[in-house]
Amino acid sequence: MPWINACATDDIDEEDLIRFDHGSQTFAIYHSPEGDFYATAGRCTHEEVHLCDGLVMGHLIECPKHNGQFDYRTGEAKRAPVCVNLRTFPVKVEAGRVFIDIA
Amino acid sequence: MAKRDYSLQGPDARRAVETGLAAAEWYHTEVPRKVMKDLMQRSDAPAIRDTVILYGCMILFAGLGIALWPSLWSAPFWLAYGVLYGSASDSRWHECGHGTAFKTKWMNDVVYQIASFMIMRNAATWRWSHARHHTDTYIVGRDPEIAVMRPPELAKVILNFFGIIDVIRFFPNLVYNAAFGPTADERTFVPQSEWGRVRRVALVHLSVYVATVALAVWMQSVLPLMVIGLPRLYGAWHHVMTGLLQHGGLADNVIDHRLNSRTVLMNPISRFIYWNMNYHVEHHMFPMVPYHALPRLHDTIRHDLPAPNRSIAEGFREMWPAFRRQLAYEDFFLKRSLPPTAKPYREDLHQISPGTLTPAAPPATAIPAE
Ligand code: FES
Repeated sequence: MPWINACATDDIDEEDLIRFDHGSQTFAIYHSPEGDFYATAGRCTHEEVHLCDGLVMGHLIECPKHNGQFDYRTGEAKRAPVCVNLRTFPVKVEAGRVFIDIA
Repeated sequence: MAKRDYSLQGPDARRAVETGLAAAEWYHTEVPRKVMKDLMQRSDAPAIRDTVILYGCMILFAGLGIALWPSLWSAPFWLAYGVLYGSASDSRWHECGHGTAFKTKWMNDVVYQIASFMIMRNAATWRWSHARHHTDTYIVGRDPEIAVMRPPELAKVILNFFGIIDVIRFFPNLVYNAAFGPTADERTFVPQSEWGRVRRVALVHLSVYVATVALAVWMQSVLPLMVIGLPRLYGAWHHVMTGLLQHGGLADNVIDHRLNSRTVLMNPISRFIYWNMNYHVEHHMFPMVPYHALPRLHDTIRHDLPAPNRSIAEGFREMWPAFRRQLAYEDFFLKRSLPPTAKPYREDLHQISPGTLTPAAPPATAIPAE
């Protein structure tokens, strides 16, 4: 699977995320406070709620439904009720665009 | 009229899953992302201030109560201490359980553990039951935190103003948890990885109660229990009073918090004790918004919500007659009208009658609240 051109770098505020849908799949793309970009599966591993309405705090994404937290850089579950890690995807930035490798 | 079965493993629980009521997509008022991000921002300052005031007052009132014991002059201080112990702990448990009260995680965790002990809830179990309450708010057979089941048992509701039903249920459960971990019902919402923690928490709580009772026996005085344990009875009334208003008399088995939750404007002392959970529709719609931002959230979305009750008394005047009507006809509920600026209720989403798979007839059972 080639790299997917997901969005422009300035589509996402610093310390925030957006939703990106591709085919039947849905992702969350993050802009960290340091200016780096990351991508994870879009839905929370607890009850499948989309993370796009959640809150990014530093390197954590907090789920909007029950306040579970993940480290979006590694996908690690950091706060109950989430127990299962979030899948992450490689990201690269080229010419002001964010690409994710969804293979 | 179908009878509701509130068991978490019963037929209504299965029906809720089959009909898609469980874990459904709920209605949300639209709020621009920038505004919502601002409302969700965390801060330590308001919760540190409130916690210093809370624990400071508790130490002061308990100290005066002990100093004046056993004179009757100690009574007002015990009453004040009791409300902070047996009621303010409910809202601290709640907010810190969501992890939104403080920005700093350990502060949430410490206050959560202390509050769980005081309100007599297992800190490990109730985190999960509350997650379910948010997923399936007042869905019969799914929500383990339905305060008043239909038909309402009003004697139990009244006894619980003194914490009696809660405490009678708590201690056998505590002993079971300490011996065996979660009960069968609790295992339906607590993941297996947490069962050991449920047992450890129960053992800690049980040890504190055993030590307190031992001290009381040794001192030949009830005084240690006035400080630990009994305030959950004599100070429970405020959290029961405010807690009943959250959902009492409103719809069940709906997926729009405007239909099953109530916002009540109240005096500043009750709001301090209750940590702004009087903005209850707002809290359920957006659980990410910390308690100190709920008044702002209320102003942001009030155009889309039923008008709030203007006082605790007004809320009770609306809710209590509804409980009484449910005694005779348990399908009765209050349906508050929306302002013209609001998006209408989606009636098509709210047609399932408890106890059946067939559509109910909501217009016949729902009476508009004044
Ligand atoms: S759905 Fe994300 S924490 Fe529950």
